[in-house]
Amino acid sequence: MGTTIMIVDDSRLARIVLSKAIATLQPEWTQVEAGSTDDALAIVDRQSVDVAVFDYNMPGRDGLSLAGELRERFPVMPLAIVTANVQDEVIAGARAVNATFVSKPINEETLRGFLSGAALRLRSAGK
Amino acid sequence: MGATILIVDDSKLARIVMGKAITALQPEWTRVEAGNADEALAIVDRQAVDVAVLDFNMPGLDGLALAAELRRRFPAMSIAVATANVQDEVVAGARAVNATFISKPVTEDGMRGFLSGAALRLRSAGQ
Amino acid sequence: MIELEGLERDALIELVNIGVSRAAVGLRKMVGEQVTLSVPSLDLMTRAAATKLIRERENMDLVAVSQDFEGVFSGRALLIFPLDSGQSLVRVVASDVIGDGEIDLIEEETLAETGNIVLNQCIGSMANMLQQRLTLSLPQIIRGNGQSLFEQSATADDGVVLFLYINFAIDVRDVRGYIAMLMDLPSLAVLKRLVNDFITRIVGPEVSGAA
Repeated sequence: MGTTIMIVDDSRLARIVLSKAIATLQPEWTQVEAGSTDDALAIVDRQSVDVAVFDYNMPGRDGLSLAGELRERFPVMPLAIVTANVQDEVIAGARAVNATFVSKPINEETLRGFLSGAALRLRSAGK
Repeated sequence: MGATILIVDDSKLARIVMGKAITALQPEWTRVEAGNADEALAIVDRQAVDVAVLDFNMPGLDGLALAAELRRRFPAMSIAVATANVQDEVVAGARAVNATFISKPVTEDGMRGFLSGAALRLRSAGQ
Repeated sequence: MIELEGLERDALIELVNIGVSRAAVGLRKMVGEQVTLSVPSLDLMTRAAATKLIRERENMDLVAVSQDFEGVFSGRALLIFPLDSGQSLVRVVASDVIGDGEIDLIEEETLAETGNIVLNQCIGSMANMLQQRLTLSLPQIIRGNGQSLFEQSATADDGVVLFLYINFAIDVRDVRGYIAMLMDLPSLAVLKRLVNDFITRIVGPEVSGAA
C-alpha cells in the first residue's frame, strides 16, 4: 500500500515548494494539502495519513499545537515542523512531541533527512 | 608581553557586551575601546594593537572600510567584523580583507572561535 | 495601481516571516526568554492609514527604532514599542551588563542597538533571499504617537505604501511591540519583479507562470 504525506501551511507558495521537494524525493508518495490546523485535523479524521510536514507560524493554532494533537492521536506518525524560528523553546517544543525540526527556507537538501528517515520507519513498520 | 585587543563600536552597550565576552575568554588581554573608526585609527597610531573587533554599522567609516584600512597597515593583525547584517555581500566583504565575520548579538560562544584563533596566531608569531 | 497577486503576496509574507523569525532568534539571545511572533500582515495603504492602524491599537506613547534601507528598492523598517514595554526591554537587555542606576543613562542607545540587531537580521535575510544588496542607515530613535513614525520627510506626500507588520511579545518580561516595514510604490514595482524572480527560483517557471 502507498504512503500518504500531508502538507500543512497557510501559504500556498510554501505548500508548492514543499510539494515539489517531496515529489522529487519521494515520487511514489500521495500528497494531501491543508491550509490550516483545522483543515489538517479534518483530513486525518476522514483518511489515513502516514507522514505530516507543517509550518510553525500559522494563523489560529500554530504548528507545535498541531504536532501535539497529531502525536496524541498517532503515536508513531513521522512529523516535521518547518520554520526559520530556531529559538530554543521552539526546538524543544518540537522535540517534546517527537517531531523533527526542519529549517526554512525549504529545499530538497533540508527535507531529505526527514523524508528518508520517515520512509525507513514506515518500511520497518511493515507499511 | 600580553596581547591588546581593540573594540570599536558606536554603541556603548555593544562595547560592554563584547568586553564582557573577551574578559571571560581571554582574561589576560588588555582591552582598549573606540566609539568610531577615527578614534580607532588614532589609537593604532599611538599604541600597539594585536587584535581588533569592529562593528559594521557605524557613523563615518563603517566596519568593513575600517577593516580594510587596518589590514593595509597591519597585514598580520587578527580582525573580526561583528554585525547582525547577515547579507552575503557583507560576509564576503569581511572575507575579502581576511577578517572574521561574527554575528550579533555577540555571545561568548560567538567570540570563542575568533579569539582562540587569534591567540594561537599571536603565540606562533612569538608574542 | 500596482497590485500583488496571490502568490506574490504569499511569497512576500514568507520572506518577511523568515526574516522576522531569524530576528526573533537574535532577540531571544539578548533577552534569554522566548520571543513569540504573530503571522505577518501585509497591505497596500496610505501612510495616514498605517499610522491610524498602529494608533488604534496603542493609546499610549510609542518609542521606535527606525532604519531606512536603500537599494533597488527602498523603505523604512521600524521596531516599535509602547513606551513602558520599551523600558522593560532595556532593563532586560542591559541589566546584566550594567548596574540598575545607570540603565536610564543608556536607554536610548540600548534601544538603538537592539533595533539595529533585530532590523539588520530581518532586512539582511530578506535581501539575501531576493539576491539583492541593501544598505541600512544608522538606527534613529523616534518617540511619539504613531504619526511621527511613518513620516519620511517634510516633503513626503501621502501616497500609498506597502505596509507590513508583525506583533511580537516576550511574555515573561511583559514586553510587546511591532516590527513594521514601509515601502514606497516606485520600490514596490521593483520588489514585485524580484519577488517573482524569487518564486521562479524556488518553485520553477512552470508553476510561477501559471500563478
